[in-house]
Order: sequence, then structure tokens, then C-alpha cells
Amino acid sequence: MTLRVDGLSVAFDGVPVLDGVDLEVAEGEVLVLLGPSGCGKSTLLRAIAGLERPSAGRILWRGHDLTDVATHERGFGLMFQDHALFPHRDVSGNVEFGLRVAGMPADQRVQRVARALEMVGLAGFGRRRVDTLSGGEAQRVALARSVAAGPRLLMLDEPFGSLDRVLRERLTADLGVLLRRLGQAVVHVTHDHDEAFALADRIAVLGDGRIDRIGAPAEVWADPGSVHAAECLGHENLVVLDGSGSCPLGRLGDGPGTVLVRSDRLTVHVVPVDGDPVAEVLGTSIRGGRAVVDLDVAGLWIRAWSDGSQIVGDQVGVSVADGGVVPLAR
Amino acid sequence: MLCVAIPAGFLAVFFLYPVGSILVRGIGVGGLERLAGLPGRASFRGVVWFTLWQAVASTALAVLVAWPGAHLLARRRFRGRAVLRAAATVPFVLPTVVVGGAFLALFERIGLSDGPLRLTRTVGAILAAHVFFNVAIVLRTVGTFWEGLDSRPEEQARVLGATPWQAFRWVTLPRLWPAVAAAASIVFLFCFTSFGVILILGGPTRATLETEVWRHAVFRGDLASATALAVVQLVAVTAMVVVANRMQRRRAVGQRPVRRVLPRAGGRLLAGNLGLLALVLGLPIAVLVERSLASGRGADAAWSMRNYAALADRVDLLPISALGALRNSLLFAVVATGLAVLVGGLASVVVVHGRRTTSRLFDLGLMLPLGASAVTVGFGMLIALDEPPLDLRSSRWLVPVAHALIGVPFVMRTVVPTLRSIDHRLREAAAVLGASPARVRRDVDLPIAARALAVGGAFSFAVSLGEFGATSFLPRHPDRLTAPLALFRLLGTPGEALRGQAMALAVVLMVLTAASVLAIEGWGRRGAVRGDL
Repeated sequence: MTLRVDGLSVAFDGVPVLDGVDLEVAEGEVLVLLGPSGCGKSTLLRAIAGLERPSAGRILWRGHDLTDVATHERGFGLMFQDHALFPHRDVSGNVEFGLRVAGMPADQRVQRVARALEMVGLAGFGRRRVDTLSGGEAQRVALARSVAAGPRLLMLDEPFGSLDRVLRERLTADLGVLLRRLGQAVVHVTHDHDEAFALADRIAVLGDGRIDRIGAPAEVWADPGSVHAAECLGHENLVVLDGSGSCPLGRLGDGPGTVLVRSDRLTVHVVPVDGDPVAEVLGTSIRGGRAVVDLDVAGLWIRAWSDGSQIVGDQVGVSVADGGVVPLAR
Repeated sequence: MLCVAIPAGFLAVFFLYPVGSILVRGIGVGGLERLAGLPGRASFRGVVWFTLWQAVASTALAVLVAWPGAHLLARRRFRGRAVLRAAATVPFVLPTVVVGGAFLALFERIGLSDGPLRLTRTVGAILAAHVFFNVAIVLRTVGTFWEGLDSRPEEQARVLGATPWQAFRWVTLPRLWPAVAAAASIVFLFCFTSFGVILILGGPTRATLETEVWRHAVFRGDLASATALAVVQLVAVTAMVVVANRMQRRRAVGQRPVRRVLPRAGGRLLAGNLGLLALVLGLPIAVLVERSLASGRGADAAWSMRNYAALADRVDLLPISALGALRNSLLFAVVATGLAVLVGGLASVVVVHGRRTTSRLFDLGLMLPLGASAVTVGFGMLIALDEPPLDLRSSRWLVPVAHALIGVPFVMRTVVPTLRSIDHRLREAAAVLGASPARVRRDVDLPIAARALAVGGAFSFAVSLGEFGATSFLPRHPDRLTAPLALFRLLGTPGEALRGQAMALAVVLMVLTAASVLAIEGWGRRGAVRGDL
């Protein structure tokens, strides 16, 4: 493993933010850290970069302990959430900063800067002042600045956080292509599960200062393992079961607890079948290009995929297909 | 390390040691009895009482006169707003002797220097000059704060049925209060420690603690009494600086500038405001300029540059020509500015990035000379640095060092907020890209703070050019007379020719100080200089 984070803890004024995080990133792997705001994902990146001092644990790069190495000697790249472009330097001045600091001669710098800008689709922007850039452009300059320095590990902290949705989706796609091309170890932080699924080789869900669930995207999606991870990954139907494992949809477990009912495994019948629970259609919408209905099953709110033929107020039948129920730990 | 050592050493040798000397002598052998005896003396009680009440009255008047202008700057849009804002800074940096001269000229011109309505050598003259100086402070402190104040709460109050006055009284004023208090505390401090104005306009019967220290030390050679008075002054001023500092800190909380389009100022409002400011700020200056160009009297009266030409002549009163004194002042100002920028810049880095305690100590310690009155600085140096281990009496650098000491707070006041305003992620981004801490200072902090350094430098240049209080204790060497001292001597001597020359010298000094600040003001405003004096 290239990067290893070993039992890392960080506390602010005695309040733990990270509490024993273990993490590994392989050569050429894109690891996405997913979690709600305030869960400590940015802190984890900052600790890896050396900007936060861990209260316990170690950070290793190819077996070498980096915990006590200063930020500027780690050779990692970190792209900040709001880009943190240097306002007193133009675009080139920003992109070449890392190379300059490393003492690269000017003629080589010019080439590297041009190549980095071209890579992010901003060829010819070198002389622009950074306060004249649009949000998307600033984001790409920040990316070029991180990449141009040739870091051995690239870290991206919610790089699309401040952008609107359309731009975010386009840039996510661009970034995906770029990261494949770079083929280097990347840690990407986001709270957006769509972005995580679009970019990740592996996803790590962070909760309560620990890694809650880690694995390949499909694997993590199919079996989130915990309520928190299921919520972070965008699952909608988290159903609480009573003491006998029942809920309005029927008996879904053996005892009390919470299960995930996958919306793609729910079947909606226009005419209620005998014995199936009956539901009222509360709303219909289109999510990610697919028709969904929101149903009220005797007070339980759930969302199911549908063929789009229902209208609000319809009485329909609903049944759970095989593999539609995934037990979750609290 | 050097960041801490240079400013700390500078402060220790040229401020703490001299001030310490005042204290040691003041409380040392026989000093304590003399101190204890002071309150029993009617003359002392009179001086303290006058010092206090003239400062209170000046502060109240300055706030009143500046109030409409602050409102105008904060809440209305009009052509020439930037010019007014810049122009309002000028009185603040004008040398006290120049302002004293301007008011003398004004009273003479409008016939108030004699007769039943005499203003010369009265409290009225002192108050008028103090208002002239300090309107700018109130205008800028309160105006800037007001401008940054979100106006939606007032609008909300108006929607809820409050009259404009009620909205102001219940919503705006309470939020404005910290800025008013901060401005007032600084103005009070300046008036409390006023020196040149009182000497020139107050005449021999109007004495404050400052002028009394000077009179005892320089005129009577009674160092013991001067020391006792200086101790009283020092204690009072330190207490005030601490209070003012606290108020400043409170002001800094919760400021988030809101950008919006301001309503245009109505013609009458604008005219009334500008008229008031022109009367208070413009008239003395206009008369000063007019007097400097006038020569002859009665039938011979004419406009000429004769007074200016005469600046090159030697007069018996002065050891060197006025022009020579100006040359001295310029040289001293250049050296003082360099020192102030170096020391103030390093100290600002410590205040912003240093350890908590060090930072607090530097913040307070290097601001002290700003409040601790020029006279304390000058007198301290006079008694401390003229005997071994440090005998700098004959050093030509003593004057610029004193000026730099007074200039350092100005540099810090512009640089510290700018450094603070630099997003810490810029430094982190630079560190992640491989820049060492030293490199981050050089490549991130320095270029961003360069403008602020220049603005602070310009202010200390102007302050040095016009410095009178501290300098009046220092140069024993006649060849090193500075322009403000020369002007003071010229003003204090009757005679038509000398008065004309004095006016010309005052105008030159005024133009030099105003130009240095205005030039940098225009340049600084384009960039992101956030500091405010």
C-alpha cells in the first residue's frame, strides 16, 4: 500500500473529531471519502497533508512514517474547497507556485504550466488575474496548480462544493477522465453520493470520526452495513421494524431493528393483489431519469421505482421482491 | 526569532528603558514624597482639571461635528465621496504646529485675536483646533463601521412601523455604539496628550500635564518636578490605552461588509454637510495659504511668493535657515520611516502569527507609544539616553529613532488587519505545494501586505515630518533643528516678516505631509488595504 493511515485521531480543544481512523490507498487508486458535513472528512485530509496535528496514530507513505514531517516536505497535493488561489498572482503564477518553490528553472516551468493548463482545458489563461475567473475556471486552476507540482498523492477536498449542480456534474465527469489519465493515488472528499459513485475505485463512508464502511462502490451500495452509511450513500427507504420484526410492509426481519428496503426491488401493482399491503400514492417524480413514486403504506413513507403510470391519490398494491431487504446495524 | 528580537529590542531600548527611567526617578529617592505632595498643590489640581475637561469637551465636539459626515459617507452615494473620504484624513496627519499656525492666522484674519471676542490664547482656540484634528478619526472610524453595518435591521424596523428616528435610536445607534466608543476613546487620548496646540494656541496660562512636563524640564530645568508630572501622565495614559484597546477589540467583532447600492444624497443634505466640513476643516487651511502669500500691509499689500523665497534666508532667531530645517526634517523622516516599516512589519507578523502571549504583549507594547504621548517619549529619552550605559545625546539618530517609535503603531495598524485578513488556506495551500514557512512569508504574506506596509510607511513619514512633542525635548545640536521646531519659534515671535515666513513654512510642511498620505491613499484604496486608523 502506498498510503497508510493507522489509528489516526484528531481532537480540537479536547473534542475528538477523528477517532482511530484506519485507511489504505493503493497505487493508482481513487479513494472517495463520503460523509455528511462536519463528520471530519476535511480534517482527515488536512491531517494527511500535515495541516492538523494528530493526537494519536500515524501516517505512512510506503512504510515511511510521515507523522512528524512538515507539510511542505510531504510532497502531497491538496486542493482546497474554495480553491484558495493566491489573489496576488495571475493564473500562471498560481499554477507554477509548487514548481518555483521546488527550484525548477523558469523555462521548464513555463512548459509544465502550459501543459497543466491545457490538461484542465484552460490553455491560454496564464496571464488572467484570478479574480476574473468564473467558479468553474477557478476550480480548474486550483486543480492544475495541485497537479502541476507532481504530487505523489493528490487530495481533493470537496472541489465542486461551491459550484452549481449542472457545472458540478460536467466537471465531475471531466475530473473522472483526468484522474484515470493521471493514474495516481487520489483521495477525494465529498458529501455527494452521486459524485462518489462517479469517481471512486473504492468508497469509504465516514461517520462519528471513524470509517463506517469501506469497499468497491457496487459492494457498498448493495450492502451499506449501517444506517449512517445507507443514508450517506443515498438510500431512501430505511424502515424501522417492531419487536417482532414487522412493519406495514409485512414481516421483514426476525426482531427489532432497521432494514434497508431497496427502492429498485419494490413492485407497485396498479390493482392491489390480495394479501399485499395497500398504499396511497403521495407524490410522483423523476429521479436520475427514472420515474419514482412516494407511497404511504399505513403511515410508513417509502419510495419505489415505477413505470410512471400512477397519479397522486391512487390506491396501489406494493410488494418486496427477493433481495429487497438488507439488514442494517444501528 | 529575528521577528521577535528586533521589535522587542527596539521597544526595550528606546521606549521601555526611557519610560522605566521616568518611573524609577519618579518613585525613587525623594520622588515618592514629591508625588504624594502633588495633589495638595492647587496649581497641580488646576492643571489636571484643565487637562481632563478640555479633552472631554474636545471629544464631544469632535463626535458632534463629525456625525453628519459619517452618516453621509456610510449611507449615501454622491460624486466625490472617495475624495471626501481621502481629504478627511489629511487634518489628522497635519503637524500640530501647522494647525496651531493656521488657527492663529485665522483668528488674526477675522479679527478675533484681540478685543472682547478674542479667541487667541483661549480655551475656544484649543477646542477648535482639537475638533479640526479629530473630526477625521471619528469620520473614518464611525463612517467605515457604519458602512459595513447591515442596513436590513433598520429596514425591518421601518417595516414594523418605526419612524426614521426610532429606527436610528433603537436599531442603528446600539450597533454603532462600539465604533463611537472606540473613536471617542482615541480622540480623548489624543486631546488628553495634546501638546503643540496647547502651547501655541493656549498661551502661558493654559497648561496641561504635557505642557507642564515640558515647561519644567526644558524651560526651568527642574527635572524632578517634570518627572513627577510625567509619572502621573504615564499612569493616566497607560490606563486609557488599555481601555481604548479593549474598545477596539470589541469593535472588530461581527463585521461583515454588505455590498449594496446606496441611495443618492439629496442636494441640501450634501451641501449642508460639505459646508460644515469645509468651515471646520477648510477655512483654517485656506486662511493659512492666503496669509503665506500675502506680504506688506495696508497700501503695500500684495500677493507674492516673497515669504517662500525668504525661507532660504538665515534669520537671527534660528540657528539655520528654515529651508535647512526642512532638509533635516525630510532626512529624519526617511530614516524614521524605514525603521518604522522594518520594526512595525516584523512586529505585525508576531502579533498575527506569534504565540498567544507574545502576540498580546506585542500588540499592546508597540501600540503604547501611540498613546503614551510624544512628551513621555521625548522626556524619557532626554533623561535616560544621555548618560552611560547609553549616551546618545549627540547622536544624530536619536530624533529619527523617536519618530520611528511613534510611527511603528501606524504601520502596525494598517499591516496587522491586512495580515489577519489573509485567508489561512492560502498559506496552507502554499505549504502543501512545498513552500517552507519562511517561503510562505515571502511569497504569500509579503506581497499581499505590501500595500498596507506602504500606507503605514506613508503615515509614519507624515508623522515624522510634523513631529513636535518628542522632538522638542531632543535636539541639542542647533544644526539639526527640525522644521516643526523652527516653525514653533517663528510663530512665537511677533513681527510681520517672521509671521509671513512662518505661514510659508507651515504651508510647505502641510503640503509635504498631506501629499505623502494622499498619494498612498489613492494607491492603497485600489488594493485591499483594510486597516483604519
